[in-house]
Amino acid sequence: MNFYIVSLIKIALVFAIFMTTLAYLQWVERKVLAHIQSRTGPLRVGPHGLMQPLADVFKLLTKEDLLPPYVSRFFYLLAPFIAVSLALIAISIIPFGPEIDVFGYRTYMQISDVNVGILFILAIAAVSVYGVALAGWSSNNKYSLLGGLRSSAQMISYELPFTLVIVSPLLLANHLSLRSIVDSQAGYYLGFIPRWSIFQIPFPQIFAFIIFMIAGFAETNRVPFDLPEAENELVAGFHTEYSSMKFACFFMAEYANMVTITCIATTLFLGGWHPLFPAPYSNWIAPLVFFVAAILCFIAGVQNVRKRDRYTFPVFGIAFLILAAIFAVPLFWQVTMPIFWFCAKVGFLLFTYIWVRGTLPRFRYDQLMKFAWTFLFPCALINLLLTALFVAVF
Amino acid sequence: MAKIGEVIESAAAIAKGMGITFKEMLQPTITEAYPDGPAELAERYRGAHVLQRDENGLEKCVACFLCAAACPANCIYIEAAENTDAVRFSGGERYAKVYNIDYNRCIFCGYCVEACPTDAITHGHGFELASYSTASLIYTKEQMLVPLAESGQPASQHNPAPAGAAGKVPTY
Repeated sequence: MNFYIVSLIKIALVFAIFMTTLAYLQWVERKVLAHIQSRTGPLRVGPHGLMQPLADVFKLLTKEDLLPPYVSRFFYLLAPFIAVSLALIAISIIPFGPEIDVFGYRTYMQISDVNVGILFILAIAAVSVYGVALAGWSSNNKYSLLGGLRSSAQMISYELPFTLVIVSPLLLANHLSLRSIVDSQAGYYLGFIPRWSIFQIPFPQIFAFIIFMIAGFAETNRVPFDLPEAENELVAGFHTEYSSMKFACFFMAEYANMVTITCIATTLFLGGWHPLFPAPYSNWIAPLVFFVAAILCFIAGVQNVRKRDRYTFPVFGIAFLILAAIFAVPLFWQVTMPIFWFCAKVGFLLFTYIWVRGTLPRFRYDQLMKFAWTFLFPCALINLLLTALFVAVF
Repeated sequence: MAKIGEVIESAAAIAKGMGITFKEMLQPTITEAYPDGPAELAERYRGAHVLQRDENGLEKCVACFLCAAACPANCIYIEAAENTDAVRFSGGERYAKVYNIDYNRCIFCGYCVEACPTDAITHGHGFELASYSTASLIYTKEQMLVPLAESGQPASQHNPAPAGAAGKVPTY
């Protein structure tokens, strides 16, 4: 009985945090992109546009839910459902931290540990292309159809290098369960080099990691691989005909896929929740980071010209100080430290996603295909062969 | 081997681009905080008109009608009147008793400013002219004229006032 209650609590927690992350990831993306382009981004809804995601949700909920008369009704309604539900399912097997002790009850910081976790993830990722393809086909619109076709072709092409580079860290870890994979990356060489997959002897998976990230960009339809929704040729691609919450579903699915891919990258290559350097020192990084953030907020509050910033920045500063205080309490470290390191790695990778979007232009379609088949695929194969060889020999 | 060099070159190019965008991200933004802060207008911005006074505080406008003639939108309406020794408004013979600009029609072309022989009409930096009623968009001379110093005295005393003008400068 206890197991079910704890599971429900964990699901509720993860779901709430995940949905908030999705909403605010969009805010972060708009802010970062804006600053790359010397703009300020959302600024007027709430302090620094922090209420913008909420406003967007209300806007999308209250928009007219249009059902075009010429669509294939069943599949048209099914497609966003498939896209968003599959995108949200994958987070359920991501391990956020080790076994923890909550009021005497021991549990894992993970909703469920599937013993073939990686295969589950691959299956989900492969099926999620149906959402996009069905949306494109059922819309009965040439732009949507082209977007859907492009997405299918692209996802199938990039699935290959994606899968091949996932196999290499599996060879090192000798497990399919995500928790075991993270556990196998614990510890340090010479006392300070982490045993993460990208540093692990006998064959560091740094190339695998890079190929994984590139294929991940393509899997999530993000710039520079956002051919399915290339707005200057395909209007909005596969979701041209979708409005209101149905559109929001695709939008949410895209961001959910981004978070999932970065979580998997963290788990497979960056050692999950294991800190960058050994424990007694690394525990002070988190409070230090939040403390510095608080100081920066106070400085910005003093310097800013806008009247309301003089109040909002110090409030954020105080919030960061409270966070720093929470993260500095050794009693909470068993919970806070894994979460901090996991979130830091995922956050960094997500920032990279946004950063790349602000930098690179879109690929041409033939370039995209050529890149996948003549470069990424052979590289992934060679990487896999070398890893297998080194693992077999040593 | 050539292929590997190409790959490294492209990777270096991407890294360079990423570096540029990252540096750009840390720069201050160039967005103006207009409704929250002051608008930054160019020095020669053509905003709402300002009618200037001379160094004695008299109106520069001598009601020559050149601005009204130059106006392509026909939005300037002037009624002239003679200055007398007893009541003097401008340095010249005549002054504008009524000087209206209809901002429903004004296109801010600046021809009136170019035409003015006494530099009486100039463009100011006022641009928040929007109104719910067209009637309130007809600006009168009193709205456009540079206000006098608080004492009612001319802004500058370097030149003595013309004969008969002392103490008779009208205040608005």
